[in-house]
Amino acid sequence: MHDFELVKPASVAEAVAALGAEGAQALSGGQTLLPSMKQRLAAPERLVSLGDIAEMKGVCLGDRGLAVGGATPHAVVAREAKAHYPALAWLAGEIGDPSVRARGTIGGSLANNDPAACYPAAALGSGATIVTDRREIAADAFFQGLFTTALEEGEIITSVHFPIPEKAAYMKFAQPASRFALVGVFVAKFADGVRVAITGAGEDGVFRWTEAEAALGADFRPEAVEGLALSAGGMLGDMHGAPAYRANLVKVLTRRAVAAA
Amino acid sequence: MKVTMTVNGKAMSAETEGRTLLSSFLREGLGLTGTHVGCDTTQCGACTVHVDGQPVKSCTVLAQDVAGRSVTTIEGMANKDGSLSVIQQAFQDHHGLQCGFCTPGMVMISAALLSEKPNPTEEEVRHYLKGNICRCTGYHNIVKAVMAASGADSQKLAAE
Amino acid sequence: MPKDGGIGASTLRREDIRFLTGKGRYTADINLRGQAFACFLRSEVAHGRIRSIDTSAAEEMPGVLAVMTGEDFTEVGGNPTGWLVQSRDGATMKEPKRPVLAHGKVRHVGDAYALVVAETYEQAKDACEAIEADIEELPAIVDMAAAVADTTNRVHDECDDNVVFDWGWIEENRAAVDAAFETAPHVTTLELVNNRLSPNAMEPRASIGDFDSGTGDYKLYTTSQNPHLTRLLISAFVMGIPENKLTVIAPDVGGGFGSKIYHYGEEAAVLAASKRLDRPVKWVCDRSEAFLSDAHGRDHVTKIQLATDMEGNFLAVRTETLANMGAYLSNFATCTPTFLHGTLMAGPYKTPHVYVNVKAVMTNTVPVDAYRGAGRPEATYSLERVIDKAADELGIDPWEIRRKNFIDPDQFPYTTPVGLVYDTGNYHATMDKLRELSDVAGFEARATESAAKGKLRGFGLSTWIEACGIAPSNLVGVLGCRVGLYDAATIRVNATGNISVLVGAHSHGQGHETVFAQLIAEKLGVDAKSVEIVHGDTSKIPFGMGTYGSRSLAVCGSAMMKAADKIIDKGKKIAAHMLEAAEGDIEFNDGSFSVAGTDRQKSFAEIAFSAYVPHNYPLETLEPGLEETAFYDPANFTYPAGAYGCEVEVDPETGGVDIVRFTCADDFGNVINPMIVAGQVHGGVAQGIGQALLEGVVYNEDGQLLTGSYMDYAMPRADDVPNFTVDHSCVTPCTHNPLGAKGCGEAGAIGTPPAVVNAVIDALHRAGHRHITHIDMPLTPSRVWTAMHG
Ligand SMILES: Cc1cc2nc3c(=O)[nH]c(=O)nc-3n(C[C@H](O)[C@H](O)[C@H](O)COP(=O)(O)OP(=O)(O)OC[C@H]3O[C@@H](n4cnc5c(N)ncnc54)[C@H](O)[C@@H]3O)c2cc1C
Ligand code: FES
Ligand code: FES
Repeated sequence: MHDFELVKPASVAEAVAALGAEGAQALSGGQTLLPSMKQRLAAPERLVSLGDIAEMKGVCLGDRGLAVGGATPHAVVAREAKAHYPALAWLAGEIGDPSVRARGTIGGSLANNDPAACYPAAALGSGATIVTDRREIAADAFFQGLFTTALEEGEIITSVHFPIPEKAAYMKFAQPASRFALVGVFVAKFADGVRVAITGAGEDGVFRWTEAEAALGADFRPEAVEGLALSAGGMLGDMHGAPAYRANLVKVLTRRAVAAA
Repeated sequence: MKVTMTVNGKAMSAETEGRTLLSSFLREGLGLTGTHVGCDTTQCGACTVHVDGQPVKSCTVLAQDVAGRSVTTIEGMANKDGSLSVIQQAFQDHHGLQCGFCTPGMVMISAALLSEKPNPTEEEVRHYLKGNICRCTGYHNIVKAVMAASGADSQKLAAE
Repeated sequence: MPKDGGIGASTLRREDIRFLTGKGRYTADINLRGQAFACFLRSEVAHGRIRSIDTSAAEEMPGVLAVMTGEDFTEVGGNPTGWLVQSRDGATMKEPKRPVLAHGKVRHVGDAYALVVAETYEQAKDACEAIEADIEELPAIVDMAAAVADTTNRVHDECDDNVVFDWGWIEENRAAVDAAFETAPHVTTLELVNNRLSPNAMEPRASIGDFDSGTGDYKLYTTSQNPHLTRLLISAFVMGIPENKLTVIAPDVGGGFGSKIYHYGEEAAVLAASKRLDRPVKWVCDRSEAFLSDAHGRDHVTKIQLATDMEGNFLAVRTETLANMGAYLSNFATCTPTFLHGTLMAGPYKTPHVYVNVKAVMTNTVPVDAYRGAGRPEATYSLERVIDKAADELGIDPWEIRRKNFIDPDQFPYTTPVGLVYDTGNYHATMDKLRELSDVAGFEARATESAAKGKLRGFGLSTWIEACGIAPSNLVGVLGCRVGLYDAATIRVNATGNISVLVGAHSHGQGHETVFAQLIAEKLGVDAKSVEIVHGDTSKIPFGMGTYGSRSLAVCGSAMMKAADKIIDKGKKIAAHMLEAAEGDIEFNDGSFSVAGTDRQKSFAEIAFSAYVPHNYPLETLEPGLEETAFYDPANFTYPAGAYGCEVEVDPETGGVDIVRFTCADDFGNVINPMIVAGQVHGGVAQGIGQALLEGVVYNEDGQLLTGSYMDYAMPRADDVPNFTVDHSCVTPCTHNPLGAKGCGEAGAIGTPPAVVNAVIDALHRAGHRHITHIDMPLTPSRVWTAMHG
């Protein structure tokens, strides 16, 4: 990898200031950024490590649901969210492997918005609010296409607020090599409706399957999605699965998620 | 720059470039070549070490980002008297290694599992180890070794 | 009960201690004083003409010591192929050149065309990015059928139709085979692909070149399965360094599976760079680089036909195969699809007529060579798949159709129609064992349980045989091999009675340090702990052809036995003198030399001491010292065989396949260390499952590698495979080597893929998808689902 300068701020304010420099980039768990730097696909001149910022870590229950600090590793969410939001905890516990979960963070995952990542499905499926150093962004407005989000240059995700649904489940069908989601479906039933978020499948990244939401809103049973037709148009296709195959998985996993919720 | 951390219980430091990964710091900086590098996409786990007791892939951690922390490598796993620890001994007893290249990572991840969950089921072992690739053993004997190290009755564990 | 540490005991491995404590010493762990680091610049296009390479900017970069290109290697030779195969028309195959660094043209993505040496690895890499190469992109030749059809676009000008050879085995039998098909009551035809694999030993390749300008000696530390062969190739073909000026050291090696048999250009390049700079030069391969430069395996496209009568008796087999060679001929590339494939097409069956045709095709892809099993998995897969299809078409049980065509135990030695003589075997016995272990009776109940979970259960069977322990030199010589395939061992009994055994075979996971010591301990009646196995250093070991083709025990182990016999013979002479008896009266038993019928004896240690301190010694007739070397050249291949059973659950909604039971019944001849043999089978089976369900190298039409990392190349993980039941209690000892051993290293990789695929097809058939007769490997969820619903 190319050489760089590493700074380790102790607060969000310091981090934001450090990110103001030309060529600066946030480093959280590094589980995405460091591999791409090793491959020389990214070459930041300055890395701003978020790992020492205490205010960005931890899981706590508040009046707006479950708040997860932006620099909280997946392993911590898997452990500490279990009592409050089991579907979210389970999702976090299925990301990568134990070593990746010990380092990788929710903020890094959401900011990266990999089309095969798991957390975007949880955020969108829960109708979460992404809190940054400067504003709050609704999940519906946050994800803007492959590896693209509403974040501005130098903007940091400081926490994520998850409303807690009555029932929820995440179903992940792993891509055989990377073990990221070939398709992942997050289903959440709230008092005022159902949200279904799909990752891994969409050409534009994570999306909501609104037909399924409507059908499940009326009848929250696996059978409810049976009759829905999901077009392969707009689905990703690669050697691990053609669009039609992914469309099938979306439906199968949605049914299974509803059954498991 | 000079980076210092506690490695296998001793304070150690080395001069490195800022971009040095923990794996290179250990291997080149400190001469601890037991930590191996088997890939460049953070997937094989040959480089697994513990940082403050947690398993991490040292090829995907900056050395200076864990300066001051406590790191355990395969070189620090044997008992104080130099004899093999329970996990290491189980790997030998059950032929859980062949070429030995994945082995340091396998031992480190298995140790992390057993400290997190002292009595895992076989399925839990396989699940926990999925970020560590072994090309030689077919995992059968690795799983058996981990189960045996957890105190499970190895006779009942796996078909031969 | 086998004796502790002797033959038949599951002795724990002594090498484990260093591996378990981080003290293994792999090539990348070695750092020489003053070493510099090399980085190779590799082609990003599959096919291109090099117009110019401007290295001036790179040379000015910090830390850069040297930049080399193909121009720097025009004076030296190229990397040769080890086997010259003849085409059906009698013509010798084409042998396009393989330079150390690409020159004139680049021929695959990853083809190295420049090398930077710098003070640090990152500096070398930085400088590689500063090399300006003007490469005119040419159309890529990726698909084999297209390569054969369009001969205007060539990978090598020397190979004008992109076909290296068109081989018929055995050409003289072709007419008779065709005639058998003409009149056969039933013909089953299957077209299939044996998927291209990347070997992926977990240790990436690495090499350190170390030239000593004081003595003119070269030393190469490298990740090799056979350091002597590497030395031979570098000396005789590539660089012309005399063998006595070149030492090749392969220290601990982290797996090979074939990919580290071959000599690679990087090895020659670091030697040349070291000489130029008068400093050691080290190169360590990245995994991404490994995907682009380690020889791949398999990659056959085959049409196989099986002629039978209506009762399922096999009448004839005929195959046509396109075998991908990639962009250059790797050392064993031409042998793999021919002599390791065509000769096995009879399998364990008494099919009277067999004919195999193979065309070897050049493409703009990474070179393809032997990978665990090499040719024999391809043969076994074709045969075992077509047999299942025939059984289905004829309505015969898969067990039954195999059984009725097996060579019977009383038919050995058995000469096959494809040129081999099987010395011994009992295929019924391993099949019976498999049936017993796989609980056939309980299958229906398990299938019902699966159905309750919405899963489809299926059972797949395969049998396998291989020719291994390669091989008789005179035979392989006739077949076109350019080297001999014996092996060698020296037993050095030291003055105080401990023993160093210097062996030509190389251990990279096989446990030779333990198993070979067991052999010597048993044979010489000494404590295994006093026996040390030395391997992997050409300056210490007399000679050797390395480890591959399940040959270490059968060939090198036999050389050790021969050397041990010489030691015993000499010991008897010494003992006769010391005990004042006739040599003919001396008996050797369990470590002591005694006069027959008396209690007068000398221990092994006393004899050794006297050989080195020859105060009371027959100096007139016998040289002092106790050290013997033997070369062993086998009389035949060995023929291990077995039967495998696989049970799967298929998820009909996702196409996902779970292997729920896997059972192996093998005949490896005599087994020295059952624990190690089981481990070899486990590993082979996992690789076979990988091939069947997960792994496959994929190129796009431009020749870009789409599976260039573990993100897309699916390696078997701990949760992809089940526990295995393995058995090797059926034993028919090899008749022609002193150990009666046959070899076990490749078994799993050979027998497994057809068992898995047969199981999935069986599950689909049971569920009513009878139209699905075949799915090409890897049977990924998406492929299985598409076959069911597409
Ligand atoms: C082997 C392996 C398997 C994996 N499997 C999965 C999987 O199954 N599912 C899955 O979802 N993911 C998976 N991942 C990805 C993993 O979850 C990463 O941890 C995550 O995508 C990135 O988080 P990070 O903290 O490591 O971010 P980093 O790598 O540090 O950063 C990623 C990007 O986000 C930016 N960034 C980081 N933090 C913030 C922040 N707080 N605010 C704004 N920008 C920020 C960085 O600048 C960078 O651009 C896997 C990774 C690996 C290596
Ligand atoms: S070397 Fe770290 S995961 Fe492969
Ligand atoms: S023992 Fe060789 S890779 Fe695991």
